[in-house]
Amino acid sequence: MAMWWFLASEIVIFGGLVFTYLLFLWRYPEWTEEAAHTLTNAGAINTFVLLTSSYFVVLAHDAAHHERYQKAARLLALTVAGGFVFLAVKTYEYSHEIHAGFVPARSVFWSFYYTLTGLHALHVIGGMVAMTVVALAVRKGQNPQRVEYVGIYWHFVDVVWIFLFPLLYLAS
Amino acid sequence: MSDGAHAHPESFISKYVFSVDHKVIAVQYLLTGMVMGLVGGFLAYVIRMQLAEPTGSVPGYGTLNFVEYNAVVTMHGTIMIFWVAMPILLAAFSNLLIPLMLGADDMAFPKLNRLSYWTFLLSTVVLVSSFFVPGGAAAGGWTSYPPLSASAAYSGGHLGVTFWLLAVVLEFAAFLMGGINFIVTIINMRPRGMGFFELPIVIWMQFVAAIVFMLSVGPLLAGGIMLLLDRVVGTGFYDPAAGGDPILFQHLFWFFGHPEVYVIFLPGMGIIGEILPVFSRKPLFGYRMIVWASIATGVMSFIVWAHHQFIAGIDPRLATPFSITTIMISVPVAVMIFSYLATLWRGSIEFTTPMLFAVGTLVLFLLGGVTGIHLGTPATDIFLHDTYFVVAHFHYALIPPVFMAFFAGIYFWYPKMFGRMMNETLGKVHFWLTMIGINVIFQPQFALGFMGHQRRIANPLLFDSLNTVQAIELQWLSTIGVLILLPGQIPFLVAFVRGFFSGEEAGANPWRANTLEWVAPSPPPHGNFAEQPQVYRGPYEYSRPDREEDWFPQNLAS
Ligand code: HEM
Ligand SMILES: [Cu+2]
Repeated sequence: MAMWWFLASEIVIFGGLVFTYLLFLWRYPEWTEEAAHTLTNAGAINTFVLLTSSYFVVLAHDAAHHERYQKAARLLALTVAGGFVFLAVKTYEYSHEIHAGFVPARSVFWSFYYTLTGLHALHVIGGMVAMTVVALAVRKGQNPQRVEYVGIYWHFVDVVWIFLFPLLYLAS
Repeated sequence: MSDGAHAHPESFISKYVFSVDHKVIAVQYLLTGMVMGLVGGFLAYVIRMQLAEPTGSVPGYGTLNFVEYNAVVTMHGTIMIFWVAMPILLAAFSNLLIPLMLGADDMAFPKLNRLSYWTFLLSTVVLVSSFFVPGGAAAGGWTSYPPLSASAAYSGGHLGVTFWLLAVVLEFAAFLMGGINFIVTIINMRPRGMGFFELPIVIWMQFVAAIVFMLSVGPLLAGGIMLLLDRVVGTGFYDPAAGGDPILFQHLFWFFGHPEVYVIFLPGMGIIGEILPVFSRKPLFGYRMIVWASIATGVMSFIVWAHHQFIAGIDPRLATPFSITTIMISVPVAVMIFSYLATLWRGSIEFTTPMLFAVGTLVLFLLGGVTGIHLGTPATDIFLHDTYFVVAHFHYALIPPVFMAFFAGIYFWYPKMFGRMMNETLGKVHFWLTMIGINVIFQPQFALGFMGHQRRIANPLLFDSLNTVQAIELQWLSTIGVLILLPGQIPFLVAFVRGFFSGEEAGANPWRANTLEWVAPSPPPHGNFAEQPQVYRGPYEYSRPDREEDWFPQNLAS
């Protein structure tokens, strides 16, 4: 239950940012040109990576539920690996964009782009750390119910991305 | 869940410093808040001395230049709202009362609770250290509007603002942890027999306040992150030259900021809602109505924020709806106040110190509420915005919950916290000095506002309309009020410390009150109750005709 309240307050943070971004987008149609410079393919790959990893979490929850703790831990490890792939692709995008001159201070669109994706990436990292901790414990059969909590959290991170992807990459 | 029943001896450090016991954490929040209150009070003294004698030097501080003056004002507001009102009203009282009034052994997540306090303490250290960084503390006002806050060129203090932002973000993280804990505890840990409508009113209000806080703080955090990035990375969210918009921050700030005033106001009202029935020996009038009114206040507080921006360049078509919602929100607030007054009607009133402060809260708040309606009307507000009239309004609105209700609550629950009574005579002296001090300070400020005294002006004498004998006299009068109010707190501090060592033994239920916290011994041991009491009725059954005693505790079967 605490998890849900935590997510509720997280939603308001992202919600606030995304909402203001939308207001700006509405006022400055020319932003769509800027959005054309994002790497849509990389974003699409990342969407796919996140969705797959979410699927692994579901499997991990199921395994933990049936008291197959080794398997649950292995599935969590796969999810964490998905997180690494995501971050690697994201790093590639950032460096590419920065080399091409699209730095945060270039325009408010890029300010939003880096803030939103950066904040999201921090959440990805946080989720990976939490999952590692939980996986290590679950392997020894401790606190299996926590698999569900990190799962919920990971889905949340996923859903945020599903909003960000079209808004930032496909706005063109 | 917590392990309440363990009995192995604990060292001093684990018992009082790194405790997970909700009562110890409550006292930690309380003492931190009180120390910060002294800091904030000292800053208030500096402000008033400066305004009374703009060219002189403030005894105990020295001379101020304009930037320093603005830093003092900024830090005064920041500290009083975020580091006094929030930790004391929300954190300390909720931590103390929620488990005790539910007959529970602790919070739902005791370790999260401890983490919350330590994060808060860290934020306090960051904030206080910002006084000492090069360039001085933040000086952009407690609302930190850009461009003042976004660029050092305007406000001087550069590092100070970054520290300010960091401290605020840390603090809110702390209260989010606390808030989640409060909400879950209230939902999950109620005793058998206690439905939502048998909850004491203060628990209800803390519940609503915690939810409102959680749902409003997001946009402010988002706004704060954007501001931090503008400062540190050079993004342009608030910079019109880069296509940004400074008004955006005002929206994000007040979307949080106005609900925030109710996050403070509701727990304060809750506290006096417990005290009034006890000392008039009558049931709380209109319990359910008050509950619905507080929920309505919480919901409506989300749709009034732009009344702080009537002259900030918002679309004039927006002003009318926000004016209407602003005036509408006084309806549930008035429902609460009048129910409280009706509780007093024909009661056998006993003016103990907590009761005096509770009634004082109502009296002062009436003025705050009425002047709020004046300001909610754009035509009036355009004239009065950013003057001392606004300053007087929000002090009359904030001081009742933050200080009067806090004192009422302390005098009332001190016996439960420490097992001893506070001295009544000192308490009454304290009450009258406080009451007189507050009015002498803020009444003249209404008049000064009409004379055109703007906020955050270090030397009013530079303005012709304020360089008159009458205006100068009013400035002095207001300053004299501070010189009454601040020494007036000494009796309180003496009673607080003396009570701890030599106060009269309180016993479990010195006020003959109904709610469950009075069932536990004073002070309650770790784990509070031998077993969780069962509840048979609502909390306010005083003076029932069918009973010999004029009280009927919630846990008595018959
Ligand atoms: C009856 C309900 C209330 C109404 C109609 C009301 C209305 C207003 C309005 C219209 C303003 C803006 C004035 C201006 O800046 O020109 C204002 C400012 C303010 N109010 Fe209220 N208010 C009410 C209750 C409260 C309460 C309960 C609190 C606090 C517990 C509060 C605290 C403040 C503060 C702190 C400010 C000034 C903020 C700043 O600019 O620094 N008000 N109020
Ligand atoms: Cu407001």
